[in-house]
Amino acid sequence: MSFPSMDELDHTLCARHGPEIHNKIKKAKIGIAGLGGLGSNIAAMLVRAGVSYLTVADFDIVDITNINRQNYYLDQIGRPKVDAAEELLKKINPYLTIEKHNMKLEPSNIPNIFGKCDIVCEAFDVPSEKAMLINALLEKCPGIKVVSGSGMAGFGRSNEIRTERLFADLYICGDGIDLEDAKGGLMSPRVNICAGHMANAVISLIIKGDM
Amino acid sequence: MKVNGKHLELIPPMTVEDLILNTGRRQDRVAVELNGKIIPRSEYACTLLKEDDSVEIVGFVGGG
Repeated sequence: MSFPSMDELDHTLCARHGPEIHNKIKKAKIGIAGLGGLGSNIAAMLVRAGVSYLTVADFDIVDITNINRQNYYLDQIGRPKVDAAEELLKKINPYLTIEKHNMKLEPSNIPNIFGKCDIVCEAFDVPSEKAMLINALLEKCPGIKVVSGSGMAGFGRSNEIRTERLFADLYICGDGIDLEDAKGGLMSPRVNICAGHMANAVISLIIKGDM
Repeated sequence: MKVNGKHLELIPPMTVEDLILNTGRRQDRVAVELNGKIIPRSEYACTLLKEDDSVEIVGFVGGG
């Protein structure tokens, strides 16, 4: 079987979403910082929805402990997450434009990596790293909207994960409960609920500029 | 002064750093918006708050 052509994929999404919405999603430049439980799943959802320009950054490799919640497979263990993610995303859309950064993000390189994005997803796991990234984006990249994940560990309490606009350009998704305070650690369903909130916030921001 | 949408009595002099400590948060785990403008972390200790200020403090938790 041959892959559908670029036009075929394009027309299929256009017929589903309508041309106005489809074209907005297709043109948007989206950044994802961190390709763990949140980022790897957000990326897959956004590419399915028609996002065609992605910038991703992660310094890590796929590990056996990731498979419980991150969008990777056993045969990808040991590979850089940016490469493993690209492989899977291109199975959804082989014509995707993806800019990969296999490196640790710091205040000095963040503007160069994400400066051209319309919206950036903060998908790190360590709180101080989350704060570092968000501060760098909001201080040094004016006009960029940031969607962040904060609190998604444990099980149950699905409806406690919510999306809120906290600053002019900052949206936070999660329940605000630290990993250390949630029983069960990080599990796929709640991580995916939070990732779903974040991807949905991105789509809404692309289409109407707000939630 | 308004902090995260709620009125809070300001006892001057109070800096952004003081306010973060008063809310029980850690400086390296927050982002702060003062009157709609993001405040760089390097300015927390030298930014004095005024009675008519509106402050939003966001704290981040682990997991992702």
